[in-house]
Amino acid sequence: MPPSHDAIVIGGGLVGAAIAWGLTGQGLRPVLLDEGDVAYRASRGNFGLVWVQSKGFGAPHYQRWTRASAAEWPALAADLAARTGRDVGLRQPGGVQLCLSEAEFEERAARMAQMRAEAGNFGFDHRMIPMGPELREMLPGLGPRVVGASFTPYDGHANPLVLLHALHRAFTEAGGTYVPNARVEDDIHAAPHDFAVTAGGQRFAAPRVVLAAGLGNADLAPRFGLHAPVRPQRGQVIVTERAAEVLPMPVTTIRQTTEGSIMLGDSVEEVGFDTRQRPEVIKVIAERAVACFPWIGRLNIVRAWSALRVMAPDGLPIYDQSESCPGAFTANCHSGVTLAGAHARLLAPMIAAGALDADRLGLLSAHRFAHGEAA
Amino acid sequence: MFRPRPDVHPPTVEVFVEGAPLRVPAGASAAAAVLLAGLFRIRETPVSGAPRLPYCMMGVCFDCLAEIDGVANRQACVVPVAPGMRIRVQHGARVALDGGAG
Repeated sequence: MPPSHDAIVIGGGLVGAAIAWGLTGQGLRPVLLDEGDVAYRASRGNFGLVWVQSKGFGAPHYQRWTRASAAEWPALAADLAARTGRDVGLRQPGGVQLCLSEAEFEERAARMAQMRAEAGNFGFDHRMIPMGPELREMLPGLGPRVVGASFTPYDGHANPLVLLHALHRAFTEAGGTYVPNARVEDDIHAAPHDFAVTAGGQRFAAPRVVLAAGLGNADLAPRFGLHAPVRPQRGQVIVTERAAEVLPMPVTTIRQTTEGSIMLGDSVEEVGFDTRQRPEVIKVIAERAVACFPWIGRLNIVRAWSALRVMAPDGLPIYDQSESCPGAFTANCHSGVTLAGAHARLLAPMIAAGALDADRLGLLSAHRFAHGEAA
Repeated sequence: MFRPRPDVHPPTVEVFVEGAPLRVPAGASAAAAVLLAGLFRIRETPVSGAPRLPYCMMGVCFDCLAEIDGVANRQACVVPVAPGMRIRVQHGARVALDGGAG
């Protein structure tokens, strides 16, 4: 079958949409295949942080990739606003992790110091701020249990749902083809620079294919000579009613949206493909939030949900081009918002050019799992 | 705009809607009191400031948010009136912390 498109992008979430839109900027006409509402849809449950400070402990290449993405974010947001009229609500005032005990504060200080040591000449600006007037001014309404915080200037947040919508709209307006309800079926053809798949009752063929199907990548990757050992990791989120602006910057587990809602989150559960919610976990999230900011306890909760992170064995992203079927790429991560800048503006040009930048992404290959999957 | 049915004469209680005294049927909701008072808004939305009145009257749509007895953002349609209740228009987002960043 002759090519129907320049590239097939499998997965219509934040990762797939960012890459697909980025490919249009390289002069390509991709097709974006979106499975539908039966998919796990991590991009619909995202917390919305553009988060740097905790990323890449023991893996400075991941810190650099995340920082590169945060640095691309302003241009990404401006480009999306110009093309779609949508304001994705990007704010990058820096961010804070709060410590509720001296032990937490000491542990955090050691961790941040090691991050700086690992960063070498690349640098890693951070400060440990003990509880006092400076921290109270940064974050109004802190509770008595807060003993201090770590701060880095790289962090921020955005509205993940508006981002997803804006990426889709920018993609289709740039000439890309979006196909909903398009689960890729078993009759996959994969040969070097020659790929064809059936989805939504249609056959698509292209010299490039990008696997961005989230948890679906685990099964898809081997069909293209790739390896994507990702597993689900559940996170739960609580959102309050809208309140007048209180928080000028995001905290690792708490952020106030541009509309005023307070989002609370950051739980971690290993429960497989189970998207139910557990009151015990919601209780812990709420208790910690109220310990950080007692006034949050007076707000009404309007929604709570869970979603499944796309998690590699070591928690880092995975990017590869297939060796047996060049032209097939895979992108896997649990930070679809944070990494959107890199995916649209750095990764997509590499895919269009036919080679991943080994300096940036070599250590994020699945080859790192070749001798057993490290924890 | 809204009047009680003439054939029903339940006992009434006195509440205050935007400070004005009003007798409403016992067991009515705070949202019904606002409608009986003839207000043109029970709240202004937090993002655009658009005026709203109670809509679904059954606890679903959240368009009847009001300040009741000093507590912001209460769903007035599911709050029964009580003698002396003070019901006020909710202006935009509630203030979560006095002296916050806003």
